[in-house]
Amino acid sequence: MEFGLLQQQMDTQRVLRSADDNMGDIMVVGGGISGIQAALDLSSAGYKVYLVEKSPTIGGKMSQLDKTFPTNDCSMCIESPKFIETDRQPNIELMTYCDIDSVEGEPGNFTVTVLKKPRYVIEDSCTGCTVCVEYCPVKVPDPFNQDLSLNKAIHIYFSQAVPLVTYIDDSCLFLQDKTCNICQTVCEKNAIDFGQQAEKVKIKVGAVILTAGYETFDPLPRNDYGYGLFKNVVTSMDFERLLCSTGPHEGQILRPSDKKHPHKIAWIHCVGSRQVTPGGNSYCSAVCCSYTQKQVILAKDHLPDMTAKIFHNDIRSYGKDFERFYQRAQKLPDVHFIRSYVSVGSEDPVTGDVSIRYTTPDGVVEEFFELVVLSVGLAPPKDAPRLSKVFGIELNHHGFCKVDPFNPLQTSRPGIYTSGAFQGPMDIPEAVMGASGAGAQASFMLKSRRGQLSEERVYPEEKDTSEEEPKIGVFVCRCGANIGRVVDVPGIAEYAAGLPNVVHVEESLFACATNTAKAISDTIRDKGLNRVVVAACTPRTHEPLFRDTLREAGVNQYFFDMANIREHCTWVHSKEQEAATQKAKDIIRMSVARTGKLEPLDEFLLPVDKTALVVGGGVAGMTSAHTLAEQGFETYLVERASDLGGMANKLHYTLEGMDIQSFVKELKKKVYRHPRIHAITDASVTDVDGYVGNFTTTVKSKGRVRTIKHGAAIIATGASEYKPTEYMYGQNDKVMTLVEMEGKLAKQDQQLLAAESVVMIQCVGCRNDDRNYCARVCCSGAMKNALKMKALKPEVDIYVLFRDIRTYGFREDYYLEASRKDVKFIRYEPQEPPQLEALAEGGKSFVRVTALDPILGKKLALDADAIILAAAVIPSAGSGELARMFKVPLGPDGFFQEAHAKLRPVDFAAEGVFLCGTAQYPKHLSETITQAYGAAGRALTLLSRDTVVASGAVCAVAARDCVTCGACISVCTYGAIDFVDTPRGKKAQVNAVLCKGDGLCVSKCPTSAISLSHYTDTEVFNQIDAALELI
Amino acid sequence: MAPPSDFKPIIVGFLCNWCCYGGADLAGVSRFQYPPYLRVIRLMCSGRVDLEFIFRAFAKKADGVFIGGCHLGDCHYNPEGNYDALGNSYVAKRILENIGVNPDRLRLEWVSAGEGIRFAEVMTEFGAKIKALGPFGSSEGREVAELQDGLQAATELVPYFKLVERERFRVPKRTEAGYQEFFSRPDYEPLFKELIVDKLSMGRIMGALRAGLASPEAIAQKLRFDPAEVARHLQLLSQQGMVRLNSGQVELAMAA
Repeated sequence: MEFGLLQQQMDTQRVLRSADDNMGDIMVVGGGISGIQAALDLSSAGYKVYLVEKSPTIGGKMSQLDKTFPTNDCSMCIESPKFIETDRQPNIELMTYCDIDSVEGEPGNFTVTVLKKPRYVIEDSCTGCTVCVEYCPVKVPDPFNQDLSLNKAIHIYFSQAVPLVTYIDDSCLFLQDKTCNICQTVCEKNAIDFGQQAEKVKIKVGAVILTAGYETFDPLPRNDYGYGLFKNVVTSMDFERLLCSTGPHEGQILRPSDKKHPHKIAWIHCVGSRQVTPGGNSYCSAVCCSYTQKQVILAKDHLPDMTAKIFHNDIRSYGKDFERFYQRAQKLPDVHFIRSYVSVGSEDPVTGDVSIRYTTPDGVVEEFFELVVLSVGLAPPKDAPRLSKVFGIELNHHGFCKVDPFNPLQTSRPGIYTSGAFQGPMDIPEAVMGASGAGAQASFMLKSRRGQLSEERVYPEEKDTSEEEPKIGVFVCRCGANIGRVVDVPGIAEYAAGLPNVVHVEESLFACATNTAKAISDTIRDKGLNRVVVAACTPRTHEPLFRDTLREAGVNQYFFDMANIREHCTWVHSKEQEAATQKAKDIIRMSVARTGKLEPLDEFLLPVDKTALVVGGGVAGMTSAHTLAEQGFETYLVERASDLGGMANKLHYTLEGMDIQSFVKELKKKVYRHPRIHAITDASVTDVDGYVGNFTTTVKSKGRVRTIKHGAAIIATGASEYKPTEYMYGQNDKVMTLVEMEGKLAKQDQQLLAAESVVMIQCVGCRNDDRNYCARVCCSGAMKNALKMKALKPEVDIYVLFRDIRTYGFREDYYLEASRKDVKFIRYEPQEPPQLEALAEGGKSFVRVTALDPILGKKLALDADAIILAAAVIPSAGSGELARMFKVPLGPDGFFQEAHAKLRPVDFAAEGVFLCGTAQYPKHLSETITQAYGAAGRALTLLSRDTVVASGAVCAVAARDCVTCGACISVCTYGAIDFVDTPRGKKAQVNAVLCKGDGLCVSKCPTSAISLSHYTDTEVFNQIDAALELI
Repeated sequence: MAPPSDFKPIIVGFLCNWCCYGGADLAGVSRFQYPPYLRVIRLMCSGRVDLEFIFRAFAKKADGVFIGGCHLGDCHYNPEGNYDALGNSYVAKRILENIGVNPDRLRLEWVSAGEGIRFAEVMTEFGAKIKALGPFGSSEGREVAELQDGLQAATELVPYFKLVERERFRVPKRTEAGYQEFFSRPDYEPLFKELIVDKLSMGRIMGALRAGLASPEAIAQKLRFDPAEVARHLQLLSQQGMVRLNSGQVELAMAA
């Protein structure tokens, strides 16, 4: 035997032997949304993951949020299915209430010492019944509710917590002076163990992903704006809890001083952010503008007569759909956005109202508000310095994790990766795509270990209920207040109990909470239910979770239906409570009628073609293609131009000063030379056929047509720079775009460098009626070019005419630097755009720019030798056609539309197709790289599997009724139906593997011989009849 | 007559999972309010909406039927079932009109998963329309039972329609304009009359006979048909052996 092979076998054996000996592939440290996503991706790609979290549950900051912008999705509702997935995933070893003590070793072979803090509760014994919580006499402020309500010394962190077990905090009387142990007395499971000690556990892993997250800025030390002095000054995180139905007042906005509804609320932006004063952070926190708008919209919904004033600096609506979200908040009645610095005056001793002084065109005014919300920024985790020491990683000058702009997921220590807000302030989707990307990189070096430590999930055997009468259980979810506040849930439950075949009805606060899902499983078993209706939210997000719950209970997962009484009822008829209650009853009646007729179905396993196709050969496409190829997958890279590189070919340096050209050159070389990457240039996709795991795409290049079979596809077709029609562009050679200026600066263009005065005009061709979005990159681009120009020619005068400066995150540093280097910033209003006039005086030609300065209230005239237009980033040509071929949608602005704005930022609703780069939305190079790794990471979860599961809801022909007319065959373009010879002659037959379940054939069959499982005529008839039963 | 102000219509909505259902979800997430009339049945594709679904809903006295699919060209499925939904809605409206149901009670719309606001607008607008029409049958000025008889005949015609559809009603161009053109072609109307409307009329005459009517005059009056038309159809039915004509009286043949 060859030595290499022997060595490999020995390695395998060693790995297997130590599988139960604290051995894993990857450790993810931090159980917020980024850590959860990384753990889920890696575990489903065949790696064993340790997920370590310092608090008693996973969930992180996202679990504290009420809603998420810009869709106002309920934050817990979209995050908690991931908790359950984490809990049920056998390849994730969850360690909560743990710190990291040390990290030794090297990439591929780390030993991490985990410090398990004592919960004083035996996790495996606790059932989460909370009897102990009832009896515990000690009331303490609840950290989950920002200390705005009380909880007990022993409690569960929040009701959807994973693991759903209690923990005991320091305020416990026993821990203080052994005066009480009532919890021990009442616990029937003997789960309380005061003898627990902190314990060190050594775990061996190959790589680490550090997702330590952030803290919100604490305004207490400086008493910012009276916080800590005046009761009715709260932080935005406090307000988030006030808004939330699981918050201190069940979703009633009550102010702290007198627990009354405030009717006049002020928000103050940039608290702790964009401050150079001691105790503040100089960077922009990137999320506060939009979350404030979210809070205003939600507060207005709670309190329709509320007056709100939002005191802001620049409004930074730089993300996808943020601009529209801002407009939505602006348009609300009695909501006023005021651009002004403010100071807090005093607290009215009688009313508790707080006064704010701000500037208006008529001077400074002082006004009282009933509640003041501080939009606090994001700060590094408190223990970041300790993490830096323990993990041996560097921090940047802001105290966040130091990363390489060309690989923002790599820390300074090899083998340790990072994602999420520990990299710097960011929004949820960036944290999620970074997680998938970090997963892809961490798993790269462990690719040979894939699948060795992982195990498949085992479900209980499915019971045969074919002989049973339908026994339907109906679970009515209150969804906190989302459903419960609008409709009469007890009345609905009582009604459901009277419907045919319904044998059990139950209400729950959150049907999707871990304990509820488990309780539903238990109830199904205990009550012998064979069908289940959950009346809650949309099946589009929650059906998989509840189907899984049925499988856990040994019931076929197709015996399930969701009655959507939230999206289709309480959320859209919130002002008509009676009609909404009636409608909810109707919806449930329809669902029960359907469920009675449901049939058990089996799913299919389809093979996965382990080849990838990446469309678009820019930095995004090349990065994903390279990541996939390095992991061993054949990858086709299709590029429209005759060379790879895309937009980056025109860019020269990043804001941080990195050399883009040498980076792109190096990347192109790696891609062109990679044996598993097949780069096809001058190419276009002309046809796409197939489905997840089995696509067939036709690519045309230089007259040659080839067909590529692949299992996954990544769309990375980028974006273009808008060619302005405004500001004399194309008519005067002094006028150029930002990208053109960059090219001139890179080659030190003498004409440009001769300019004594440069005027940059921002927001050209966007944030207008034609393009109602912010192009995200131009403000930073202006800083970059202005600083470069200043470096080449310090005496040049530069004026930036802007609407809002949107240098979000650490990019703010460069805005500060530009201001310090005497770049002048002059704001203009969109209704008064700058006017240009080409002039020649004294033998010198120049352009005179006239703009109205809203602060000075007068017109300024600037004579410029160069005019730089920050031209919009627009969707690349041909996006629409490509979208149609891949059956994926475009958003209203023409960019590709991801499956979910927050939690599925690189997926499409259509399985097997992924998205990255500026094809999704304008973004900076480092963001593109992160997203490209992310898309590759998501594609890896598919390509690393041998099979994908296909739905059991497919068509079948009852041969007896088939009249061989061929109507079904002619409409099925999937070719899933064929005639076969039977004893009764030719009959149509469905190949279930090819059937996609659209059911078009069913509506064409004259004899009803063909049927679509799960959407049969009988099932639909029952729904129709039930809908109209009461007329 | 204006419908009573407390009239709360019920609209049965068939929404495709991928686009319109998603649009309805997004309307919810965005809290766009619309009237509470719609009762949603989720299907994977608007092409799954059988003509029979539409007739059944009206026969059960739905005040309106709504079909929501993906925009043309954006169907989630390769066979582009939304074109078939479009074709079906042309045919259904024509049949509804023929049997006396106001075709405006049926609406087909394309709503993408990103168009929450549009979904709410469509619901508000269609809801107002149906509310103005009043309960099923009222704007028609017909007895509900009479409309139900017509719907029964239409339902019985569906298998036949599916058989001839492929041969005679195949729309050659899968574009919106192609469908519009096909259904407004000069030869479409006579063809539809010959193949569908006449069949439907005969079905309804058979229904009237089964209900006990025996004279051509009574049948013509009940079905609001031209007596000459009734005579023509009876002649055909007699030739097919479905009815016996007997000195001005009609009776069902044994086989029928």
